[in-house]
Amino acid sequence: MSIVDVRTPEVPVREVRLNSITGFFGSAKELVGCSHARKVREQTRSFTQGMMCSSTAAFCQLSMIMDAAVINHAPVGCAGDFPQFHITYRIGQMERELPPLLGHYYNSNITESDTVFGAAEKLAQVIREAYHRARPKAIFVTTSCASGIIGDDIEGTVRDAEKELGIPVIACICEGFRSKIWTSGFDSAYHSVVRGLVKPPRVKTKKVNIINFWGSHIFEELLGRLGYEANYILPFSTVEQLKRVSEAAATIQICPTLGSYFGAALEQIYGVPEIKAPPAYGLAGTDRWLRELGEVLGVRDEVERLIAEEHARIEPELAKYRKKFEGKTAYLTAGAAHGHAIIALLRELGFYVKGAAIFHHDPLYDNEDPASDALAQNVRLYGDITNYSVCNKQAYEIVNLLTRHRPDILVARHGGMAHWGAKLGIPSFLVDDEQFGFGYQGILNYGDRIEDTLNNREYLANFAAKSVSPYTDWWLGQEAYCFLGGGTRVEAY
Amino acid sequence: MSRLTEAAPSEATLPETAPLGATLPEASTLELTPTLPAPAHASPAPAPALPHLQTLLDEQESPLIEWPRYSCALGAQQTVVAIRRAAPILHSGPGCSTKVQALIGQGEGYAGGSTIPCTNSGETEVIYGGESRLREVIDGSFKVIDADLYVVLTGCTTDIVGDDVGGVVGEYQLEGRPVVYVETGGFKSNNYVSHELVVNSIIDQYVEPNKTNGGVKPGLVNVFASVPYQDPFWNGNLEEYKRILEGIGLEVNILFGEDSGGVTEWLSIPEAQFNIVVGAWVGLEIARHLKELYGTPFVHFPYFPLGARDTTAFLRQVIDAVDFDEPGRARADAFIRGEERKFYAHIDTLMDFLLEFRYALPRRLYTLLDASYALGFTRFLLNEVGILPAQQFVLDNTPERYQEEIRKRFSEVSHLGLRSAEVAFLADAGLAHDLIRTDAGVGPSVCDAGVKSRVRDGGVEGVADAESRAGVEGAASAKSRGGIDVGGSGSGSDGSRTLIVGSSWERQLAADIGADLLIISVPVVYRLVLGAPVIGYRGAIRVIEDLYTQVLNTFR
Repeated sequence: MSIVDVRTPEVPVREVRLNSITGFFGSAKELVGCSHARKVREQTRSFTQGMMCSSTAAFCQLSMIMDAAVINHAPVGCAGDFPQFHITYRIGQMERELPPLLGHYYNSNITESDTVFGAAEKLAQVIREAYHRARPKAIFVTTSCASGIIGDDIEGTVRDAEKELGIPVIACICEGFRSKIWTSGFDSAYHSVVRGLVKPPRVKTKKVNIINFWGSHIFEELLGRLGYEANYILPFSTVEQLKRVSEAAATIQICPTLGSYFGAALEQIYGVPEIKAPPAYGLAGTDRWLRELGEVLGVRDEVERLIAEEHARIEPELAKYRKKFEGKTAYLTAGAAHGHAIIALLRELGFYVKGAAIFHHDPLYDNEDPASDALAQNVRLYGDITNYSVCNKQAYEIVNLLTRHRPDILVARHGGMAHWGAKLGIPSFLVDDEQFGFGYQGILNYGDRIEDTLNNREYLANFAAKSVSPYTDWWLGQEAYCFLGGGTRVEAY
Repeated sequence: MSRLTEAAPSEATLPETAPLGATLPEASTLELTPTLPAPAHASPAPAPALPHLQTLLDEQESPLIEWPRYSCALGAQQTVVAIRRAAPILHSGPGCSTKVQALIGQGEGYAGGSTIPCTNSGETEVIYGGESRLREVIDGSFKVIDADLYVVLTGCTTDIVGDDVGGVVGEYQLEGRPVVYVETGGFKSNNYVSHELVVNSIIDQYVEPNKTNGGVKPGLVNVFASVPYQDPFWNGNLEEYKRILEGIGLEVNILFGEDSGGVTEWLSIPEAQFNIVVGAWVGLEIARHLKELYGTPFVHFPYFPLGARDTTAFLRQVIDAVDFDEPGRARADAFIRGEERKFYAHIDTLMDFLLEFRYALPRRLYTLLDASYALGFTRFLLNEVGILPAQQFVLDNTPERYQEEIRKRFSEVSHLGLRSAEVAFLADAGLAHDLIRTDAGVGPSVCDAGVKSRVRDGGVEGVADAESRAGVEGAASAKSRGGIDVGGSGSGSDGSRTLIVGSSWERQLAADIGADLLIISVPVVYRLVLGAPVIGYRGAIRVIEDLYTQVLNTFR
């Protein structure tokens, strides 16, 4: 197992900890084989487009803890992601019938002189000021490329502040330049929560941790029926709630790419069992996940009843969708674990998945259990995907692939991608809510969304005819992976 | 520092131990109504200067930025995106580009958003230098991205490490490639300042070596009037500038946006008879640079002109610089007369509404904008619409050397000389929020603010009407909620409502103090901006429509 060490302020990035990669082209089966044999090698691209960075991933998890403040120790541009998570937070409050809350986010405005003289003293002032303004129950300090390279003593500064203010003040080390895998920032956020907030359990409760983004609350019904209670983390939790996650009966991953580190840490340190089966997407995947959940929670019989009921309920509906989508093709681009989930859903609904461009690949998660490998399960259940690429949001590759493969539908998980489907007249949609496709009902939800998307074509055809593309004809005539290293594909210009 | 949060009236009554998200008993919620009497602001007279404002500004410079509304130096990637068929290339860490896009981006543009090439500099480049990586990405960009001009912009990592970007890009320039470089390491400045730097660099490294060199062309002007994307209405505004300047008989290099001629237009920059800078300070460095380089004189109009008064004043200043012949001047005059006639026909309709509408309308104004917009809106809303200035906040980190001049202009906002407007220069909008809250007798937005909001909103409401609570509804029921009598209850009061012209960050603030909010600044979350202008003759009409549509929409 990867060793979770809460004594150090930072968690090693995924490249180092998990041997994760951002460049691969081949078949899914090949990638799974290499992964489990620990033979996966990173391939780099000579030409690249902008990606996300770890600090955004960390902020996305920390910014919606309802009584915490977040200090972004960085030049002001690094605070550019404040509004997008603030609106997510605010709309999420509406969905959860919460009162209107403000996010308490502060940027330390690192300037040129700070890069010369250091910004640790300024950070101390910022922490004090943030405390006085927001009166939070905890303060997180996220770092930046600038603060990292100038070498500010963040850990010393937060420790002093913690003593002075009497609340947890926690460093979240998440400089963008440290990792090409932005999900390393999730690990940074969870590491800071495990290190700085979580307390040893006093009792065992009937709560089940659900590591998720800000998805819909679908687990109350399921867990309620099994005699348990849903505990959604980190967004929309409180500091007190997070202190007590060690007391839960189990941890559910909505997307192990997100929660890999947190799930493993809670199991390793506090013995909270993590459900190892890949999240419940697709029929067989849901069966398997539920059975493991039943096992861990000690409610096997009830789970079997549930599985039988749900199969009876959804199979006739599913058959209708399968008939409708027969012979249709799909392409998708998404983060790792959720991308695997979307592949399962599309195949369950009868699509032929022509290819997938997945942002990175973790050979194994922090639990190091091959049973958690959703891609492996996918290949086992539905067969290989011959055109599988690991591609960290390189739009140029996606545009090339879409132009080449012309799928009937494009499913995207991140911004800046679905747009390219539309430019080519390919019906496309972006799925933001992981919970939307979860479980048995999730398959039908997807079927419904896809049916609507495929049906709504007039505006797309109209737009595609008039849209302009910045990509050269030369590029669209090349193999999509000609900038990907390894020397096997020679570039010709 | 006199700490605003400590001076705020309701903080002491906050229940210290109430867990957030827990339902509070009714009893504890009742205490949360502000206990101090709210200052009376119903009078349409300008508000007195906030007592602690000066202390605050004198004694302490805020160490932080809350509610950020501009980007770092690298934000000028959007300046490049705004040039037709130009492409930025970033030599920066991963994530920089998406963060700029997240704050000020609008769609992808031609080669913005997910298209922007970037070295995504990592540990290797930080330790060993990133020059060879930069070469790879520039090579790839020429092959993959179909652009007329490429602009290499550096980020924090590159500038701290000290890569010789000029050397690398210089090699391509020697080959005759249309590529320019600018050092825009985020910490160096912000995107107002680096906008000027990027424009000047393009002039030096691309325009100067490739200029068409046709000599000075009478009647041709270059316009520097907006920081693209940082001004959310840049595209529409620039179209309006071009329309009205062409209307008075000029030929216009507008340089950015859909109405510009792309790099061809940029290459004719040296041929302009004069340059026009519109705005409080941004753009002056460009005009000075061009004066030095080509001897081109410039006209500086020091705020954004909204409405006929200021737009005509702007055009008159330009006309004076042109040296038109008699027919030319007559044609320009005729254009202005036509525009004014149409504008005041609409204002006539507005007057009918303003004077006869029986319920409260905004009469008191806070701006939380950059200097150019803050002055423009304060002047327009006072002189053409009848909304009186309270405190104005200039939040663009205005360089000190320009502040005196801007302050003076705020003191002269009234065209009858009846009043002056107070202005504070801040980078940290959190201070502005605190001042406005204090002014309105509303407590600070501490982490437990949700508990208070729950009280004001009369308990948790359903999802369906949560939207209306968050802002729009704010004004209508403000009288009973925030402790400030803004008279906006829609029940025939003759009191005035408060208007905030700011950004999406002010939504909850507006709701809490019962103000109306018009979003003009970044970040723009609660409205969609495509191509509409807010400046000039046409833009101002649009502003009036937006403003009162929003106000009217608060009534049941």
